[in-house]
Amino acid sequence: MTEDDLDRNRRHFLGLATAVTGVVGIGFVAVPFLSSLKPSARSQALGVPVEVPLGSLEAGEMIRVLWRGRLVFVLRRTEEMLARLAENLDKLRDPNSEEEDQQPNYAANGTRSVRPEYLVVEGSCTHLGCAPLEDFEVRPAEGWGGGFFCPCHGSKFDLAGRVYKGVPAPTNLRIPPHRFIRDDLLVIGQDTGAA
Amino acid sequence: MSRIEAEVGKPQGGFMKWIDDRFPFTETMKYHFTEYYASKNFNIWYAFGVLAFVVLVIQFISGIFLTMNYKPDAVQAFASVEYIMRDVEWGWLIRYMHSTGASFFFIVVYLHMFRAMLYGSYKKPRELIWIIGMLIFLVLMAEAFAGYLLPWGQMSYWGAQVIISLFGAIPWVGDALVEIIRGDYSISDITLNRFFALHVIALPLALIGLVFVHIVALHEVGSSNPDGIEIKDYKGADGVPLDGVAFHPYHTSKDLVIIIVFLMIFSAVMFFAPDMGGYFLEHANFEPANLTATPEHIAPVWYFTPFYAILRAVPDKLWGFILFGLSVILPLFLPWLDRSRVKSIRYRGWIYKTALTIFVITFITLGWLGTMPVEPVYVMAARVFAVIYFAFFLLMPYYTAIDKTKPVPDRVVYHG
Repeated sequence: MTEDDLDRNRRHFLGLATAVTGVVGIGFVAVPFLSSLKPSARSQALGVPVEVPLGSLEAGEMIRVLWRGRLVFVLRRTEEMLARLAENLDKLRDPNSEEEDQQPNYAANGTRSVRPEYLVVEGSCTHLGCAPLEDFEVRPAEGWGGGFFCPCHGSKFDLAGRVYKGVPAPTNLRIPPHRFIRDDLLVIGQDTGAA
Repeated sequence: MSRIEAEVGKPQGGFMKWIDDRFPFTETMKYHFTEYYASKNFNIWYAFGVLAFVVLVIQFISGIFLTMNYKPDAVQAFASVEYIMRDVEWGWLIRYMHSTGASFFFIVVYLHMFRAMLYGSYKKPRELIWIIGMLIFLVLMAEAFAGYLLPWGQMSYWGAQVIISLFGAIPWVGDALVEIIRGDYSISDITLNRFFALHVIALPLALIGLVFVHIVALHEVGSSNPDGIEIKDYKGADGVPLDGVAFHPYHTSKDLVIIIVFLMIFSAVMFFAPDMGGYFLEHANFEPANLTATPEHIAPVWYFTPFYAILRAVPDKLWGFILFGLSVILPLFLPWLDRSRVKSIRYRGWIYKTALTIFVITFITLGWLGTMPVEPVYVMAARVFAVIYFAFFLLMPYYTAIDKTKPVPDRVVYHG
């Protein structure tokens, strides 16, 4: 065959068709590999709710619980702490919990809780996931009404996990789904669904 | 015996001839060593490429031996590292060699990159060498980050938490991406296992491939030199650059001395200060990962701190991520940001010399700030230096163009 006999259009088409088929094939083969990177069936199944007995939790005390490998704070707030939630609202970025993803509907209230006394909040800074430290001491001179301080990048949250303005964390701390089975028994990772 | 076999098997020049008929051994040795001509006026700055290769070899060998005893399992990982340190014969040495090697890798690579900024090594025709080099740097960062999770200490866990969460700042796909990186709803055994796979197979493989093309590209255009001239422009009658000497034996024998001195320093750190006062091995990492408490003071290992300081200086999640990424990637564009007519600092004017000096001070200061706790004074300082860091790159097309340069000689010159 000489150069003149070549049908360049046909050759070009065949080349292109082969390349496209190859790319599609690679695309299909990539699916199982990429899917294998997602949380496995076991990881999904392990997301079972945890029960937290509240009997020994005194007012003003906080405990740390793990749910789905995530840290959850359970804080029993005092009357005085609850009163402070209404102060400093102008310093908060989202005082009325309008960001919908950050809490179930039933916690989108002034105290961000089901029962005002108990704050159940994920101990994971919404900036880069460090565990904030509790700092419940009131220091009016610093404009600090108590809350949580993230040691990694300096984000600040109040006693309802609401984020302050001017810090790297963009949103309030996340409230996990939770409900109270009894007066002294909390379940994290499950709610009534109704809310 | 067939005729062809008799032909091929006939001794025509001994063993090397037999090899060369089947594999271009002698040709390759000539091309890359005995007849690769590099400038004869190399100074110490030109040794860091070779040293980076030495550290790469140290990391490969020590790493292979560590995997023989390490267990990539959230329950067993921390204990298996302690087992290596206490019960495996010489295990402590192998582990300290690997951890010291990680820090030395970055020291050597940073100095290697600084050499390029001193002598304009990234400028035409070496742009591609520089880009490949930057890719090596990025893979190296990923490699170091993945490796840091493996001991499953407090810093491993919370450091990974912070860096992985960074990707969550990307709009829309962020959360899904984070889940795919972790492979779970939080950093867990699954994350550890996949980071192990990345650290011991995927990333080293990428590293070797990139180092290979880095050197192939270098040997195609030829090494730069402290005068920033092209030695290939002046060749002798034999076609050898007049200012060049063969890589082997001339540069190799000189490099050997440097390698020995380097290994002395390396050994001194490895034996007497493997944790380098908490900079090479952070103290919090001698505690196993605790999912319920972040260490009070969390900072990445020293080689990430300049970029980390920039991340922390920004009071916004998305912008923090963008500026952090930009600070890492900006040097990639140096070949085009630098508009100077000359390559070497020897023939540049005072503006570039001042800018480069300020840049070095800025980079080191940012590195120091990144290790400090988040307090207003440090955050403010980090903001100031972050602005200077970006200004160095973004204003470069302007100040390098107006800078007065001195005439560049045709041949290499010796100063003093």
